[in-house]
Amino acid sequence: MAHGTGPHGTGQGAFPPRWNRKMQQRLARGEAAALSELYDRFAPLVYGLALRVLENEEEANGVLSEVFSYVWQHPDAYDPKRGQLRSFLAGLAHKHAVRRLRWAVIQAGAAGEIADSEERIRAVTAAARADYIVTSMPEPLRAALELAYFKRRDYRQTAAELGVSADEARRRLRLGLQMLATAYTEAGRPS
Amino acid sequence: MIMGPYDHRRLKSLLGAWALAACAPEETAAVEAHLTDCAPCADEALRLRDAVRLLHPHDNLDMDPALRSGVLELCLTRRMPGIPMPRWSVPYDAEAARLDALLDDMGEADWGAPVQLAWYDDDRPSVRETSVAGVIGHLLAVDGLLALALGLPDPLAADTPADETHPRTVASPAGRTEALWREAGSSYAEQQSLAREFRRRHASKMRDEWRTQTYALIRTAGFAGGGVADLLVPYGGGATLPLRDAFLDRAFECWMHAWDIAEAVDYPYVPPTPEHMHLMIDLAARLLPQTLAARRRSGRAAPPRTLVAAGAPGRTLHLEVEGKGGGNWYLPLDSPAALEGLEFCRLAAGHVSPEEAAVGRDGEREAVDDFLYATASLSRL
Repeated sequence: MAHGTGPHGTGQGAFPPRWNRKMQQRLARGEAAALSELYDRFAPLVYGLALRVLENEEEANGVLSEVFSYVWQHPDAYDPKRGQLRSFLAGLAHKHAVRRLRWAVIQAGAAGEIADSEERIRAVTAAARADYIVTSMPEPLRAALELAYFKRRDYRQTAAELGVSADEARRRLRLGLQMLATAYTEAGRPS
Repeated sequence: MIMGPYDHRRLKSLLGAWALAACAPEETAAVEAHLTDCAPCADEALRLRDAVRLLHPHDNLDMDPALRSGVLELCLTRRMPGIPMPRWSVPYDAEAARLDALLDDMGEADWGAPVQLAWYDDDRPSVRETSVAGVIGHLLAVDGLLALALGLPDPLAADTPADETHPRTVASPAGRTEALWREAGSSYAEQQSLAREFRRRHASKMRDEWRTQTYALIRTAGFAGGGVADLLVPYGGGATLPLRDAFLDRAFECWMHAWDIAEAVDYPYVPPTPEHMHLMIDLAARLLPQTLAARRRSGRAAPPRTLVAAGAPGRTLHLEVEGKGGGNWYLPLDSPAALEGLEFCRLAAGHVSPEEAAVGRDGEREAVDDFLYATASLSRL
């Protein structure tokens, strides 16, 4: 899980609606400084999702270029009323990565592989969505999952470390996993 | 169904912890017994257990830093920017992004590392120990000089009114840094005395303020365009730099201090692109003649050996910086000098001593020393 200390860098956490709107306007005006800022805030997110799907650095680099040049060339494709710029970029990253994965499978040839590939695409899609969900979920839920899963604490120890009741720790672990589980259902939908 | 202390509600609340194997053994047993005769809980248990499989440790992405300029260039050729970034602000933009990425990769414990800041003061090496957050605060405070020149808010002026005898607007980089450290409580000892959570919050605040200011500086420079390139930025004590050079100076400092941090937490940190490094070396080379002249006036460097008739060409120093980002500079000094690019930058930042840099140099010893000490004296806190 990310060590990021704030809403910068890894693009974790929510950006205020006003920030999303302003960034969209700046991109539409063609402000080179806005493009740099967009890249710095979200390149790790886009690259990380692409890498999870493609498992290949060069291919992930390709997705990175495609996503940022698409947003720069089509700033109006993003509508701030319909959500966070962050999730718009995550969606684009996923779309471009899956397109590349399909293409790689087609080039590899064998018909059997193409049938298997849909199963594989569903699996990597779920994994990529899960990554995104983890970085988007409220910090208290993420912290609880991190302690229980990565640091192998039981829920009472987790509660003690977070300074909350045992009831609250159980609630956070359950809610965190429920959010994460939606990665499977969403992965089933066509993107 | 009655199950002693474990009723349906309580068992349901345990499902997340159960899926993560984070329950006590008797609770695990009670949950598993319940799952055999409660279909809704069994469904949820299965879903949550599958969800656990999606958790995996954060990978260090290790993105190639060279990728950034490649992607940005590609974008800008596909659609010309309406408001381009002035060329002289590009190295600053790149170095701030590199430092930010380093901070992103750092683990929680790294933020507690002590960092040594080194520079040359009065021809003597000076060292200050601070925290990672202290280094970021230093960059924030000195970058603030550019913010002031561009009419942006001063990161220092937030709570304390300017002292009338020493208005903030002309305070030196060192004075501003000390003031910010005092205000924020950034000293290493003070940071160590804090609980981890407070240290993290302090670091996070410093980082956010620094990064927000870098974004604002780059953005404002873009809007002002060429018109502000020659705007004079006061650096305290009567010294000024035109904005275009001040941005290069800050890019250089950002690199050097990122390197300080990287060394303190044992991370690799590569030099800037050759093109950007060349611009930074060029700035140092252009500052050298006036620095040397000032040193001569104060008796710290030997006077020129021969006086040149008015109008006749004087002697020049051929400064040859080797390696990536290097080049040739002809300065009105008295001796040739050849250094490797990184070594020259380290010297100008006060990170290697003139004595170390002098090892194995030919040429007139005194003139070479004058040049090396003048280069080291470009450094400051």
